[in-house]
Amino acid sequence: MNTLPIEVYLGLSAILFSIGVLGVIIRRNAIIIFMSIEIMLNSVNLTFITFSRYLGEQTGQIFVFFVMAVAAAESAIGLAIILALFRKKQTVYVDEVNLLKN
Amino acid sequence: MELQLISVIILGVIAIATALSTVLNRHPIYSAMSLVLHFFALSGLYLTLSSPFIAVLQILVYAGAIMVLVIFVIMLLNLSEEEKRKLIVQSRQSVGIIIVVVFVIMLLVYLNSGTIHYPNEGDFSKLFSAKSLGDLLFKQHLAAFEFVGILLLAAIVGAMVMAKKKLSD
Repeated sequence: MNTLPIEVYLGLSAILFSIGVLGVIIRRNAIIIFMSIEIMLNSVNLTFITFSRYLGEQTGQIFVFFVMAVAAAESAIGLAIILALFRKKQTVYVDEVNLLKN
Repeated sequence: MELQLISVIILGVIAIATALSTVLNRHPIYSAMSLVLHFFALSGLYLTLSSPFIAVLQILVYAGAIMVLVIFVIMLLNLSEEEKRKLIVQSRQSVGIIIVVVFVIMLLVYLNSGTIHYPNEGDFSKLFSAKSLGDLLFKQHLAAFEFVGILLLAAIVGAMVMAKKKLSD
């Protein structure tokens, strides 16, 4: 049934991961950086599912399950940090936050 | 083969386009909406890999739970559009773009360098069904499952402690 070469999925996953890296590097809005991290996590999930499918191995799917749980925990903590930051500094732009600098 | 190829191409193009629009949009709420579409496209890709359980989980957890949280935070913060920036930020952006282009080339070259044979014949829909995955999860990985529960509890408590208003100020 599945006869596509594995490189199709792996290349797509690599491109998505790179888009996530791009977002983390060039954006200064903390919320968009956070969403780029989600894109990177999802591309890694896609790689896990691809290898699990092509090797006929269930463990990759279990691993994706745990990655999703950790991503949910990370999103709760990250958004709480952004809220606390906004309350303290009235900004979400990461280049305007330099509490540790001086 | 043809049907799978067509659906993978369509879903892949949607996934890349929505990821780019998430990263490049000026206003965070449009980014969040594109990210929801991105999660749906990825869920379709999981379906082409005959993994229905993970596809459903993707929509439930990411498009359902996490994005609602993100959109609530965006609405709470009442952000406006990000204005154009000065020279320093633009030089940082061009450096970032160069780094990412090099990274993509590296990944794609590495991808073409090996020829491994994967036993990809056969029907995997039974192997990846919710029933057999639940079997594996609750028999072999039960301890990890319980620890994830503790992790989520700790995350909830931490988020509440961090986000609540200080009573003194």
